[in-house]
Amino acid sequence: MTPESRTITLPGEPGSAVAVTVAEGDLATREMTLNIGPQHPSTHGVLRVVITLDGERIHTAEPVIGYMHRGFEKLAEARDYRQIIALVNRHDWLSAFCNELGVAIAVERLMGLEVPERAQWIRMLLAEWNRVLNHLVFIGSYGLELGAITPVFYAFREREDIQEILEAATGGRLHFTFNRIGGLKDDLPKGFLRRSAELVRKVRNRLADYEGLLLGNQIFRKRTVGVGALPGNVAKDFGVSGPILQACGVAEDSRKTEPYLRYDQVEFDVPVGKNGDSFDRFWVLFRRMEESLRIIEQVHDRIPSGPVMPPKMPKTIKAPEGWIYQRTENPLGECGYYLVSRGDKTPWRLKMRTASFSNVSMIPYLLPGILVPDMIAVLGSVFFVVGDVDR
Amino acid sequence: MILDRYFENAWAILGLKLGAILVLFLVAPIVVGYAEHKVLAHMQARLGPMEAGRFHGWAQLVADGVKFIQKEDIVPRAADRFVFTIAPVLVVVPVIMIFLVIPFGPGGWWGENMDLGLFYVMAISTVGVIGVLAAGWASANKFSLIGALRAAAQLIAYELPLVLAAAAVAMQAGSLSLVGIVEAQDHYWFVLPQIAGFALFVLASLAELSRPPFDMPVADSEIIFGHMTEYTGIKMAMFLLAEYAGVVALSGVATVMYLGGWHGFLVGWIPGPVWTFAKIGALAFFIIWLRATYPRMREDQLQKMAWKYMIPVALANILLTGVFKVVF
Repeated sequence: MTPESRTITLPGEPGSAVAVTVAEGDLATREMTLNIGPQHPSTHGVLRVVITLDGERIHTAEPVIGYMHRGFEKLAEARDYRQIIALVNRHDWLSAFCNELGVAIAVERLMGLEVPERAQWIRMLLAEWNRVLNHLVFIGSYGLELGAITPVFYAFREREDIQEILEAATGGRLHFTFNRIGGLKDDLPKGFLRRSAELVRKVRNRLADYEGLLLGNQIFRKRTVGVGALPGNVAKDFGVSGPILQACGVAEDSRKTEPYLRYDQVEFDVPVGKNGDSFDRFWVLFRRMEESLRIIEQVHDRIPSGPVMPPKMPKTIKAPEGWIYQRTENPLGECGYYLVSRGDKTPWRLKMRTASFSNVSMIPYLLPGILVPDMIAVLGSVFFVVGDVDR
Repeated sequence: MILDRYFENAWAILGLKLGAILVLFLVAPIVVGYAEHKVLAHMQARLGPMEAGRFHGWAQLVADGVKFIQKEDIVPRAADRFVFTIAPVLVVVPVIMIFLVIPFGPGGWWGENMDLGLFYVMAISTVGVIGVLAAGWASANKFSLIGALRAAAQLIAYELPLVLAAAAVAMQAGSLSLVGIVEAQDHYWFVLPQIAGFALFVLASLAELSRPPFDMPVADSEIIFGHMTEYTGIKMAMFLLAEYAGVVALSGVATVMYLGGWHGFLVGWIPGPVWTFAKIGALAFFIIWLRATYPRMREDQLQKMAWKYMIPVALANILLTGVFKVVF
């Protein structure tokens, strides 16, 4: 076998000719660079992954982020705290309520504000509904990415019902802006708890559909079990959190480890997976939804009456000098706000630690060595929102 | 022959038959496509097309066709213009040619009764892949290329089970003529003794048609639309026409081979062609139903399935059919 030099050209790429050295009798091949995104059906917006391929096997993968950078951290420095609430529900548009919650709690803790008991429970109720809302999107779209086109329609049917009751309470569908520093904008509308209780039953019954179409489906299992397995320690090193970390067998959930609101007073489990593969990630998402429904039911039974805002609030909200880091368990993982105040109406610095950013950083670790179809199975199951990555 | 009664000239008969088959080729995919819109919609808790043609959107696909004709015909600058243009034709023509030999009813309801009909169908149905490969290579698009190569790889997986299943039917019927095969099912349909072969044939047909769960060559969430990524307008429409006509054609072949063709049961007064079309419709419905239910498999999983399970089963099926044939 004598090495021999040949020049090859990729189809349709004038100027792509390169000289390669190949053994006698071998085909002259070279790796193909493929851009997945920023316009691609499976990247949920504008994530771009540059991969090099040998046939259909991925050699390297590099996420290119920043197509959706909107400068929230800088914007926040020029907004007062009430405006920031309307700002932060935009970075992860699928978990708007949970985002606002983090900022509200951070400012309240910095100011030492006492939030009324009823407001705490309502916040918890809406945050959990928001979590279900979020997980339904990912459950539906993950099926779509694997080629199962039906679950997404079912998921959005349930989502519509949930959006309806959230709309009844907050007036918003996507950006609720319902939190206020100190409590909530309004009390729940009349009959909300009854509607909410009915909806829990309805959603729970319909989860069986997804279970049959996805979790129990033989092809779905073949496509996801063992694909993109992530060891727990690697996940921790990458700062991965939420359902993806739990799928690796790490029972980390800020609602348990560092409870905020009244999460220490309700009962729920943190589901954990075994292998940290795509199937486990999806399974954890599913179980988390069931746990959320459990929390919602407990809130229905135990929600106290009373005001939703403290009786006396200052006209302008000024956080005292100091700093605080508040983490909340967002649907996609840990969302942290590092707030530095110099006693002004606006924060001096608001650093966001968003779940999707850390989740996406794992892509170069997970993708090399797998096939293109598996890449979709992995990308769909690292659960990210591009706005949450780029902020 | 029905037409013989009215027409003396053989050329007139041939012309009429070809005309009828062309009309069928253009109408049947529209019917199946519309059925897919509506069936999928109702399985997915939505309504599907409701506007075009006033009544439940029956004219949606006609409107789609008109839309496709109006679209700009774009050929990418780096594309191989000639191959890019000829590829959709290469995909469409073999499907029309399958229609030629499918017997729809007794007494001349077919384009041509070939002695080697089954062999001809198997041979001609593989030609489409050349068109797919040409389209993928000529598009000068990496996604198209991956899709085309997947289609070619898929051919290796499904072609053998398809042919082996058909071989068992030919043995059972003692004829390679499609008309002969239907006539051999006078007493019982071949789906009864050939149940394994029927399952194999339907699975392999799905792979041949790139229909879910074997739609890897066009996997829209992975490689955009495979070999069709760069196509627009009427050329795109030709690919889609070929896909749905392919569903009808292979359902037709499966009907002829396994479901007794024009033979009915219980009610005797329903004419043969109605039976044939009803069975084709049932199979097409099944194919649509699978699309609503299953995720997509992976290319290597299809290969594994084909070589580890489908081909051994097909061979065993042939063996059993042979023993059956000799003993009885």
